Amino acid sequence: MNENLFAPFITPTIMGITTLPIIMIFPCIILSTPKRWLPNRIQTLQIWLIRQITKQMLSMHNTRGRTWALMLMSLILFIASTNLLGLLPYSFTPTTQLAMNIGMAIPLWLATVIMGFRNKPKVSLAHFLPQGTPTPLIPMLIIIETISLFIQPLALAVRLTANITAGHLLIHLIGSATLALSSISMTVSTITFTILFLLTILELAVAMIQAYVFTLLVSLYLHDNS
Amino acid sequence: MACILNNPSSNLTSLLSLEYKLLNVKLQQLPAWIMKRDFSPSEIVKAFHRGHDAYFDKYIDVKKGGIGGVSMVLAAYILLNYCVIYKELKHERR
Repeated sequence: MNENLFAPFITPTIMGITTLPIIMIFPCIILSTPKRWLPNRIQTLQIWLIRQITKQMLSMHNTRGRTWALMLMSLILFIASTNLLGLLPYSFTPTTQLAMNIGMAIPLWLATVIMGFRNKPKVSLAHFLPQGTPTPLIPMLIIIETISLFIQPLALAVRLTANITAGHLLIHLIGSATLALSSISMTVSTITFTILFLLTILELAVAMIQAYVFTLLVSLYLHDNS
Repeated sequence: MACILNNPSSNLTSLLSLEYKLLNVKLQQLPAWIMKRDFSPSEIVKAFHRGHDAYFDKYIDVKKGGIGGVSMVLAAYILLNYCVIYKELKHERR
């Protein structure tokens, strides 16, 4: 039981060669770029969706922050599509690997911090001390704010990893519970199946929400620093 | 198109002529068909491009595309993942 609980999180290999590049490129095959003036249905839907998300997410940024539009949009598309594809049976979700999420979070966060310190050093340093702090608290608060700054990328990465991994694990566990209970008591098995159904809907939502949260937080750090 | 049709001895013609497309090859002729293919990396990439373009033009790039086009791709993805994972799943059989 212990061994196959974490089996879905092992990188799949074909004869020793990892298939991770293929799995990560797969969403690109589904998202196609239009080559005509009037694209087909799927592309129209896709363009509409991306436009809505772009408008909503970039409305709070100034001109300098809006240069990050391409980066943020590809980020949210990548995370949302890999999370949703991971809900298919037998598929592997790259965002369950902490290595990959840290690889996404640290460069993005560091880029916003460096951008802030290069362009507006005074404003960036001022973020370490919220307005209206009582004077005796200032030293402690600066230390706390510094620690919270350094925790930001780790929190971004671990939040995404933990949410997706926990969701997958829960589905696995409740699914095997339903199967095991079906030979003991049909009523309890039906209740468990209902729980499984609701959980799957939750996971669908979580997949998209986590993508949104990740990108939103990156854009928030950007807003602070641009 | 015309230059291809006028030159029957070229490799491209023999590859693209009707009986050599994969969907038209009969099961008995499959080994012979595989032997005739060029297996250099650039040819494999071109073959994938051709396959992708053919699928895209037929099922997705249509005015009234439906769920079917994307669903077939996802079903093939699930199948592929099952094949890759089969070795570990074998041990879960009772």
